[in-house]
Amino acid sequence: MSEAADLLLEFKDVDTYYGDLHVLKQVNYTIGRGEIVSLLGGNASGKSTTMKTIMGVVRPARGSVVFDGKPIERLATAERVRRGIAPVLEARRLFPRMTVFENLEMGAYTRKRGPEFEQDIERVYALFPRVKERHAQIAGTLSGGEQQMVAIGRALMARPRLICMDEPSMGLAPNFVEQVFATIQEINRQGTTIFMVEQNANMALTVAHRAYVLQTGQVVLSGTAEALRKNPSIREAYLGEMQVTV
Amino acid sequence: MSTFDLLLQQTINGLSLGAMYALLALGFTLVYGILELINFSHFNVFMVGSFVALWTLQALGISGQSVILTGLPLVGVLLAAFAVTMVFSGLLGVAIERISLRPLRNVKGPAAMITTIGVSYILFNIILLTVGADSKNFPNPLPTARFQIGGAILELREILIWVVSLVLMLGLYLFVQKSRLGKAMRATAQDPEAARMMGVEVDRVIITAFFLGSALAGAGGLIFGLYYNFTSFIIGFTAGLRAFTAAVLGGIGNVPGAMIGGVLIGLIETMGGQFIATAWTDVIIFSILVLVLVFKPTGLFGTLTPTKS
Repeated sequence: MSEAADLLLEFKDVDTYYGDLHVLKQVNYTIGRGEIVSLLGGNASGKSTTMKTIMGVVRPARGSVVFDGKPIERLATAERVRRGIAPVLEARRLFPRMTVFENLEMGAYTRKRGPEFEQDIERVYALFPRVKERHAQIAGTLSGGEQQMVAIGRALMARPRLICMDEPSMGLAPNFVEQVFATIQEINRQGTTIFMVEQNANMALTVAHRAYVLQTGQVVLSGTAEALRKNPSIREAYLGEMQVTV
Repeated sequence: MSTFDLLLQQTINGLSLGAMYALLALGFTLVYGILELINFSHFNVFMVGSFVALWTLQALGISGQSVILTGLPLVGVLLAAFAVTMVFSGLLGVAIERISLRPLRNVKGPAAMITTIGVSYILFNIILLTVGADSKNFPNPLPTARFQIGGAILELREILIWVVSLVLMLGLYLFVQKSRLGKAMRATAQDPEAARMMGVEVDRVIITAFFLGSALAGAGGLIFGLYYNFTSFIIGFTAGLRAFTAAVLGGIGNVPGAMIGGVLIGLIETMGGQFIATAWTDVIIFSILVLVLVFKPTGLFGTLTPTKS
């Protein structure tokens, strides 16, 4: 990961504010090409702000966000999407009164319609046969698990090199959670880098290669998922639920 | 005329007025759907539109009621008048957004709405000071062809108003449903932040909403002139408020709702005028506004404003 050419996304000393509130404090991340990197942390730790800083919904006050070797922190969101960053938003955030197919179309908004679009639709349908079945249905009427499939499919429609996922397992039934993580691994195997904010540390550290732990806006721990799984403070703070339920 | 004939006649009149209100209501609904802003400058974009229509017709040599055209020249003049009026009005709407509303985009509270009231009065006074306070005759180049339907009379003018309005509304509907930018408009109305993260340039969507809404208001201004045979600096407020009521009645933010709401308000106006009293028209219409706001704020067909999560 030390080779710059292998880096897809890098945060260099990023400070982000909401008004007077200092949310991200001198944050550094490196995401290598082909990795699944997970971001752990409690409420208000700055996880979602990290996602918004990557997407350009909030701009950092200081520091640099580098994507594919070029600084992107001044770019408009649309340009970031065009360069290959796509989000899977917290709580899915589908367009509730549009059809499933229209939601997928919106994922490909920055791209031209053509044979590639058709290929990508087929790819999403192959990954999620249920999405194909429901393509004409109004998105707001789908179940939570189905909505998450559409949300992931919508991100894939951008042909991204990096997918930023904000709480992909939130609010899903346990059997769906496993399915979502299996899908994330499958998408990663097909070549897409994944940066994932996740409350479910147990699952996150199972599928991720590496992880960062964020606490009140600062990175307090980072390392391989395996090392973090064995870290006593992580076990106590984030994996406690696992010990109770397993 | 029998009661039935009166009913028929007022249905014909109400459909024409309703088409005009529907065109005007769409502008309120498009802008509200995306910005949650009630755009009161829309009233007088409509009024300016009717003057642009008047001047365009005059420039084409149609002045007074004496010039009657048929066939291709008629079609050409009408197409040109609608096109010029709609493009000018559309650009006026875009200019209003760019100059007076965009700087306030991130200001919370009623600042933007109050600004639209100010812009409305600026337009109102510009026309008053440059054109004058007296109403102007609005030329009508249509031949006076009349069709007898039972005891009611259907003029060629009404058919023109219906056809033009239907074509414009169908065009808008297809644009919003099928085009790439139209889908971006719907997505932005439903979840602006998510739309932005799909790569939608929200400024473009807002400009499109102002352009289309204002262009339709311009078409409404031309229809006003054809229907009433006059225009004046003062026409914006009454028509605008009635159209706003139509938008609320149909569910503000809802495109088909604005169309149906407009037709309903047109029918209520003509029926109320016929069977109750013209003087009571505004009392009836604005009572509907109040009742809808109190008992069913989402209107008849539900609103399409962003879902707050």
